[in-house]
Amino acid sequence: MTPGLRPAGLRPIWLVAGLVAVLLALVAGLAFGSVALPPAGVAAELLNLLPGVRLHSGLTEREIAIVTELRLPRVILGLLVGGMLALAGAAYQGVFRNPLADPHLLGVAAGAGLGVTVVIAFRSTAGEATANLPFGVPFAAFAGALIAVALTWLLGAAGGRDRSPATLILAGVAVSSFLAAAQTYVMQQHVDTLREVYSWLLGRLATAGWHDVLLILPYAAVTGAIVLSQRRELDVLTVGDEEATGLGLHPQRSRYLLIVAASLGTAAAVSVSGLIGFVGIIVPHTMRLLAGPSYRSILPLSVLFGGAFLALADLLARTAGGAAEIPIGVVTAFFGAPFFIVVLRTTRTAAP
Amino acid sequence: MSAAVVVRGLRVRLERALIVDGVDLEVDGGEWVTVIGPNGAGKSTALRAIGGLLPFEGSVELNGVPVDRLPRRERAKTIATVAQSPVVPPAMRVVDYVLLGRTPYMPPLGRESAADLVAVEEVLGELDLERFAGRRLDTLSGGERQRVFLARALTQGARILLLDEPTSALDIGHQQEVLELVDRLRAERGLTVLATMHDLTTAGEYADRMVLLSAGRVVAAGPPAEVLTEKNLAEHYKVRVRVIEGDHGPLVVPVRG
Repeated sequence: MTPGLRPAGLRPIWLVAGLVAVLLALVAGLAFGSVALPPAGVAAELLNLLPGVRLHSGLTEREIAIVTELRLPRVILGLLVGGMLALAGAAYQGVFRNPLADPHLLGVAAGAGLGVTVVIAFRSTAGEATANLPFGVPFAAFAGALIAVALTWLLGAAGGRDRSPATLILAGVAVSSFLAAAQTYVMQQHVDTLREVYSWLLGRLATAGWHDVLLILPYAAVTGAIVLSQRRELDVLTVGDEEATGLGLHPQRSRYLLIVAASLGTAAAVSVSGLIGFVGIIVPHTMRLLAGPSYRSILPLSVLFGGAFLALADLLARTAGGAAEIPIGVVTAFFGAPFFIVVLRTTRTAAP
Repeated sequence: MSAAVVVRGLRVRLERALIVDGVDLEVDGGEWVTVIGPNGAGKSTALRAIGGLLPFEGSVELNGVPVDRLPRRERAKTIATVAQSPVVPPAMRVVDYVLLGRTPYMPPLGRESAADLVAVEEVLGELDLERFAGRRLDTLSGGERQRVFLARALTQGARILLLDEPTSALDIGHQQEVLELVDRLRAERGLTVLATMHDLTTAGEYADRMVLLSAGRVVAAGPPAEVLTEKNLAEHYKVRVRVIEGDHGPLVVPVRG
């Protein structure tokens, strides 16, 4: 075939672009903040973390501590959470063949949120308030997420046997509202934890050391492996279930697998970072418009650019508001919506 | 020639309503059989069941093997369906769409092999679609799209082709073009064709045999001249027609009143 007619898939140039974006976000996230450090020195310090590398960075002992002990865990957490949310969003959009599907519209985030709220509220009642989230939090979030997606699924089916994308999203909105109401109720009953829940709700990447990173790393790995393994199936699913069945696939099986995996990733991300909106919808769509409609490129690129996007959004959250941090969910919403419109208008025709 | 498709006592229910009610049907290898019948007679439903895409009662055998016993990938290599109005995925290029036909040949977690690409290239050439390969499917005209749908089915490498109303969206020029193409491919590749069609004259010109379905049952079957009679059509289509003998089969002309 002529070079212009290679089958759709991940172009190496986009993979490189994604890795560069992650590295830039990493260095920027480490260099800037309440104390600005020279990016070159930060990059050198970063390389020093690799075994066998010893470069002279010109940073003082204290600055090195800021980079590796304070900022590095937070930036890595941002990369992980952003990658997970974007990947989950892309997977939901493929599974439901609906460009609007994302962890928020399906009620998944609200379910995970309720799970976490319940844990925070009742833990404080039990009187052991610590800075770190307990390890049970992702489980509670995952349980909440799965219950939410099951509710959405059942409610979407209630109108008839066909689960059309439109009824599904409507059901998701209803489930979200219901779970948000339940969450508000729990918060009202536990006013003492209101502040903690509230700051978590708006989204935060504040982490003390590597605790949160280690907490979600296994979930991120499982979700990433499962969703990425289904990337070709998602491409075939774009022709609909019946035709996909005719092509030899098990669409329903792939669908359940992807829903569970994406919900697990969302739950893990929500449990450490709160409700950060827009990432799951902006990033996959941008990738679709820029790098083509194949899920073989959308899924891996969503992980990379989603991570970079959230790490940079967090940098802004830390620095733009002066002494007080802006909740990161506010930053993503504030920049996400206009950015999305710009991308949509400039690349109306998605040239693959 | 041995039978490629053997259907016995086929019953299909959709939402509990009995749509196909005991259909028997046989298509020999290399034969072209067209199913006709009024709207709602169960043509499409029967075709979907034969393709293994709907649950059914009775038996459907493809080359002697029950279709519900075939693993999905094997089934996809045996029988290929062109749906009545296939989904056109937004922004997908023709080459990627046609490559979907190679899905049953790609291992889970694997990717397309050189052989898959060769198969796609071959079919695109055969259907005169090379110049569209890099275009988006959603920008093509109806006739061009229909050829692309056909191309995807052909790359499946299946010897049995099910065509559900392959020409209903086309003008008469393109109808003929697509059907001639199918007929040529049938000869070249030794395909067995089972189609549903609405245009009775055109259907009769291309089919070796026809099956008239009404209310889910077979009411007439045989060569076009035996099925396309004024009596059969008046009874089941509730229409007055004149049937004139043509060069390639009966010409069916509806007359008023």
